[in-house]
Amino acid sequence: MVDIEKEIRKDRRKFIKNVLSGTIAGSLLLVIPLRATEYIEQIPGMKDDDNTFTDKNFVFIVDITVCIGCGSCCIADKAEYKVPDGYYRTWVERYIVDIHDGVYVDSPDGGLGGYTKAREGLPHPIRDTFFVPKLCNMCKKPSCVQVCPVGATYQTKDNFVLVDNTRCVGCSYCVQACPYSIRFINPVSHTAEKCTWCYHRVRKGLLPACVTVCPTGARKFGDLDDPDSEVAQLLRAPHVISVLKPDMGNEPELHYLGLRREVV
Amino acid sequence: MNAAMHHGDAVSSLTNYVFPNDLHVHWSLMIVLYPYITGIVAGAFIVSSLYHVFGIKALRPISRYSLIFALAFLACATWPLLLHLGHPERSFSMFLTPNPQSAMAGFGFIYTAYLILLVHEILFIYRPTMVGFWHASSGLKRKFYAFLAFFNDNLSKDALALDNKIISFLAGLGIPMACVLHGYVGFIFGGVKANPLWATPLMPVIFLLSACVSGIAGIVLTYVIIMKFKGKPVDMDCIRTSLKFLWGFFILDFVFEMLEVFSHAYMATHHWHVLENLYWGPLYTTFWVLQVRIFSVIPFILLGILCLFKLKDRIVLFFAPIVSLMILIQVLLMRWNVVIGGQLMSNSTRGQVSFVPHWEGREGIIAAIIVMTAPWVILFILSKIFPLWLEDEPTEQQLSEASAST
Repeated sequence: MVDIEKEIRKDRRKFIKNVLSGTIAGSLLLVIPLRATEYIEQIPGMKDDDNTFTDKNFVFIVDITVCIGCGSCCIADKAEYKVPDGYYRTWVERYIVDIHDGVYVDSPDGGLGGYTKAREGLPHPIRDTFFVPKLCNMCKKPSCVQVCPVGATYQTKDNFVLVDNTRCVGCSYCVQACPYSIRFINPVSHTAEKCTWCYHRVRKGLLPACVTVCPTGARKFGDLDDPDSEVAQLLRAPHVISVLKPDMGNEPELHYLGLRREVV
Repeated sequence: MNAAMHHGDAVSSLTNYVFPNDLHVHWSLMIVLYPYITGIVAGAFIVSSLYHVFGIKALRPISRYSLIFALAFLACATWPLLLHLGHPERSFSMFLTPNPQSAMAGFGFIYTAYLILLVHEILFIYRPTMVGFWHASSGLKRKFYAFLAFFNDNLSKDALALDNKIISFLAGLGIPMACVLHGYVGFIFGGVKANPLWATPLMPVIFLLSACVSGIAGIVLTYVIIMKFKGKPVDMDCIRTSLKFLWGFFILDFVFEMLEVFSHAYMATHHWHVLENLYWGPLYTTFWVLQVRIFSVIPFILLGILCLFKLKDRIVLFFAPIVSLMILIQVLLMRWNVVIGGQLMSNSTRGQVSFVPHWEGREGIIAAIIVMTAPWVILFILSKIFPLWLEDEPTEQQLSEASAST
């Protein structure tokens, strides 16, 4: 016959032992530094590149033919940078074209909640709908860098336009100068802020946060000089491909695949 | 679209689609006041130069006042900028690490150079007066006046002739510098290619002309008010001449302002439909009704009548301050319509926002009132050191007595 009392006591002893060892092991994990977590390099050759500027030629491609307006990219971006409410480093626009070629655009809350409901109150039947993600154009000739009075906004040799928020005086001239309205003044830091194509991730060999989470591959990022990269193959293939506001002369490094004439 | 808050200003989308970040008006009241104040400075300086350089003798009674007036406003020209900056404590970086490509980086240098020039011109003009005060006072006051007279009480003919040479040189150099100061402020806006309302080569010209207009109007208005307040007679020749210059500059200013809108409308590029929606949308009241119809057309006609017809002194004296005040309001409206107006249309080209300034905050209405009051307080303090009117100065006899005693 099994002594139930004995069994319970044995289990209790075992339980207390497990809890104690678990607590000690957990505490030790907090104190003893461990090796950085190993991760898979998403951009070849970036992990061990210690140079100030890489020799890469980074470009970003947005394929508007496959964007489904889910808003994952916006959520990832907001989480990555703790973007204050009402300000946007990236957003997704919804374009609706009716049968009379009337164009209706909206981007409620920057598309953060995803476009789960159809737009109501339009006067005519809808002919077509598509989504356009927006982010920093990383211009080759950036207006923001030109106008910054103290050089807080600068351009790297590998096509990034960045803001040094320890130097920014918060004059908002760059905000006025950007033809794409990508910039804003962060209400907490009182300095200019904008999309960086996740420079900190890229330097570690990781793709930008929005590219990583995009479920349809609408956002693509890579080295144009690497012939095997997806961006190089796309940009050199005979696609309908363009940039926003080319007449501004800013020469963006953000390219749009399947760009429609309605898009500004 | 949700109303967004920035700098205490409520902005909401009016029509169709506005880029999400365009819901914020980043340049608000302080950036409206910045060109307004520098414009008044440049204009007042021009008034004094008309006498000192171009020999318009009729303007002699206000030639000194206009310089002190310019200095009082110049002393406050950086205040709105410092209130606007997110990090005013870093503003000195514009001197230490300026970006030579930036239109804004030059302001500190141009401002400082102009301040140095203006202060020196005033000190040379007032040197005989300061010498008089120096010898008539004692203690700390005596040292202070000696300092303002460059510690030099030589009032011989030769010394005064040299002073006059220096004054002419500084006044002559001051004209292009005043033009650069304000033309440059216009270029800060005119050089923003992303904004079709601002990006026009006419912008520096319009800013400069409106600066001249606001400076002359400010001088005329306050000259008449101060004289009335002091119970002293107003020099009618001076007022009539000032009004003629005011009308002349205002003709150019108003014509260029209208030409700019007309050129946009006539060329009708893809920017025009954006501007059209702006001018007849959120800017309708402040631009068409207030700036153009009420505060441009009425003073334009009034000035024409005042200048072309031989009217009685008391009629001129009645209308001169009214018309000057109207023109000062016109220029303020013009600054508002350019600075705020340019931000009321989105880069999406599909929508506009509205803007209502708040009372409180660093860039609120109360702060703006304080900034606009400060030059008057400074002017009052300066008037205690530098006599604004020639008749308040020690006579030549007093001066010669003073110099003989040393």
